Amino acid sequence: MNAHLQPTGSAYFLTQETQQTERHTLSVLVDNEPGILARVVGLFSARGYNIESLTVSETEHGRRLSRITVVVVATPKVLVQIKLQLERLVPVHRVHDLTAEGNYVERELALIKVQGTGEHRAETLRLAEAFRAHIIDATVESFVFEVTGKPDKIDSFIALMSPLGLVEVVRTGLAAIGRGPVGM
Amino acid sequence: MAEKMTGAEMVIQALADQGVEHIFGYPGGAALPIYDAMFQQDVVQHILVRHEQGATHMAEGYARSTGKPGVVLVTSGPGATNAVTGLTDALLDSIPLICITAQVPTTLIGSDAFQECDTVGITRSCTKHNYLVKSVNDLPRILHEAFLIATTGRPGPVVIDIPKDVQFAVGEYYRPEVESLRHQSYRPRVDGDLKAIEAAVDLMLKAERPVFYTGGGVINSGPEASESLRELAELTGFPVTSTLMGLGAFPASNPQWLGMLGMHGTYEANLAMHDCDVMINIGARFDDRITGRIDAFSPNSRKIHVDIDPSSINKVVQVHVPIVGDCNRVLEEMIRIWRSKTNQPRTEAIAPWWAEIAKWRAVGSLNFKNSDTVIKPQWAIQRLYEATKKQSKEVYITTEVGQHQMWAAQHFHFDKPNHWMTSGGLGTMGYGLPAAVGVQVAHPDALVIDIAGEASVQMTMQEMSTAVQYRLPIKIFILNNERMGMVRQWQDLLHGSRYAHSYSESLPDFVKLAEAYGGRGIRCENPAELDAAIAEMLDYDGPVLFDVIVEKDENCLPMIPSGKPHNEIILPDTANLGSIIDEKGRQLV
Ligand SMILES: Cc1ncc(C[n+]2csc(CCOP(=O)(O)OP(=O)(O)O)c2C)c(N)n1
Ligand SMILES: [Mg+2]
Repeated sequence: MNAHLQPTGSAYFLTQETQQTERHTLSVLVDNEPGILARVVGLFSARGYNIESLTVSETEHGRRLSRITVVVVATPKVLVQIKLQLERLVPVHRVHDLTAEGNYVERELALIKVQGTGEHRAETLRLAEAFRAHIIDATVESFVFEVTGKPDKIDSFIALMSPLGLVEVVRTGLAAIGRGPVGM
Repeated sequence: MAEKMTGAEMVIQALADQGVEHIFGYPGGAALPIYDAMFQQDVVQHILVRHEQGATHMAEGYARSTGKPGVVLVTSGPGATNAVTGLTDALLDSIPLICITAQVPTTLIGSDAFQECDTVGITRSCTKHNYLVKSVNDLPRILHEAFLIATTGRPGPVVIDIPKDVQFAVGEYYRPEVESLRHQSYRPRVDGDLKAIEAAVDLMLKAERPVFYTGGGVINSGPEASESLRELAELTGFPVTSTLMGLGAFPASNPQWLGMLGMHGTYEANLAMHDCDVMINIGARFDDRITGRIDAFSPNSRKIHVDIDPSSINKVVQVHVPIVGDCNRVLEEMIRIWRSKTNQPRTEAIAPWWAEIAKWRAVGSLNFKNSDTVIKPQWAIQRLYEATKKQSKEVYITTEVGQHQMWAAQHFHFDKPNHWMTSGGLGTMGYGLPAAVGVQVAHPDALVIDIAGEASVQMTMQEMSTAVQYRLPIKIFILNNERMGMVRQWQDLLHGSRYAHSYSESLPDFVKLAEAYGGRGIRCENPAELDAAIAEMLDYDGPVLFDVIVEKDENCLPMIPSGKPHNEIILPDTANLGSIIDEKGRQLV
């Protein structure tokens, strides 16, 4: 069901997909054990699910738990499957579809290298200030900015830098967490 | 009580503590410490196979026929890669296996050492779970946890990869408490939601055209689940059909039995599925060989789905009442609630439905034209079935993959669960012979028959040697059509009868081959002699290769062809297969 439009080698997947795809942020609590990332990523590739971004790091050292934040684009039906398939993995504790649950905050961090001199350099600095980008490295002809925010804010900043001498971008991918006092 | 021992000894000790009596394996450098530990005990008996794929199918047959996990032991590198087909087969058919693979020493991992392969990487997607054991201190927990994971929830294969230095290392062995070892994240749900079960029974109480659609989950849930299914069927009076994997859970001799459903299922089963108003799926997964065209699948029914795996629900077909739980527990609840509401089956209300089913049955979708001159494969299976019914022994059937497999499912009838072993999900040619070996190891006094095709059986033929070594009197009943019959049939159906590589040319002389292995070979091509030849096979106290020369171009019918819904099934009297499927269907096979 994950790959409706590709022939599956079976006679029977004739139905055209009618549902629209959506972008959802999932938060996955897992045991931090060797191979866990490969298990999660392998599941996505084996079943033909699309990953937009994925971040992972140990978050509770004492209990050896990691949190994976993964952004996927899929139809509502496939989104349910992704959650259930992830939950089948033995070291996966819980999966939350933060987008479906609604109440969460998300942030991404990007490092952005821009080169330029003269008027371009001044304009770059003015825009960086507007976006609250921090300068974390500078030479006479370049800056590295650190900018944090929602992905679309980072997208806009990159778009603005592009004509001003954008050299390269590194992004962490999304980290997301539910609002309010309770944890997952 | 902790006890000091080597990792290799822990492996054997854990197997013994888990009640394992037999393991199927093949030695090699990296596995030698475990083999050495095995040599020094006699609790666990090792069956030496001829190819690691054979070991995995033996373990599957063993597991399927006993309800206990099957255990495999192989060496690193090629030993592990040879096991991959059987692991995948077990994953798709939800068979509990423990596969212990030896690995090069931890210090050499990643160096492309001799006989090194990334076993956990290779098997990650074909196991329910797998482990690479890096320290002997983790070994006791992992060994026992592996059994828990393989056998609970939706069963499946688990690989434990043990480097050679870990096998040599000395540590403390202990048997962990089940609760303490349970992976905190692994909690399969077994009790169905009561509200959902009540909603299901409410639907059943109002049904006018109901059908039970049962699957391998009923078998996996244990013999009690088959009992419960029989009871619920009797209470309700509803018709019952089953997938290939579920045969035997409901007795084929019961008048409520419709036969198998799906691509080669009976007319009555498939039409009942198509026209029903309430479908009660117990432990089946809406596989594409069952549903046919999804958008035309049982268009007017309310669907109830009982499955222990939450991800099976709504994966393929949207259902109205999903119930996540163990089949037997849910069936028991259904029985209790049904009883609390009525003490009558819905005989009258569903009488018109049964009348309709009777008309479909009268079509005789499994009929075939018999012959006096050549043995028809369906007839051969019917004769085999009749002969085995007279036996006092328990009868277990395994199969290979192809037409003979479908004919066996259609014409051999099962009244008990765990007596039918076949490769359903993966469709693995070469499954049946080693599976029969595994079944015979578990049931030394039973009659175990592999209904085979001449092409499939050659894939794992070497396990005849295993059967001879351990005096396992398996019977290999080869329906020899000198064709990869199923491939030939599809070429007729879809590819203008251009038989690209679907002949079995230069076949071995199976009689001589049997003798070469030290077994008995029998050949029969005359219908008049078949019964006597079958009797000879059954009477021989040792492994037999029985070469039944059958009609070469028989088609396996009925068949729901590509791109067609259930009610467009091809029945046996259809003359020309080639004209049935349109261009669109052809591309979708
Ligand atoms: C390992 C493997 N390779 C290929 C196939 C594809 N396949 C399905 S049935 C079949 C032919 C089987 O021929 P035979 O065993 O003689 O059985 P028959 O159909 O003639 O009864 C083939 C090649 C398969 N199922 N498994
Ligand atoms: Mg054949």
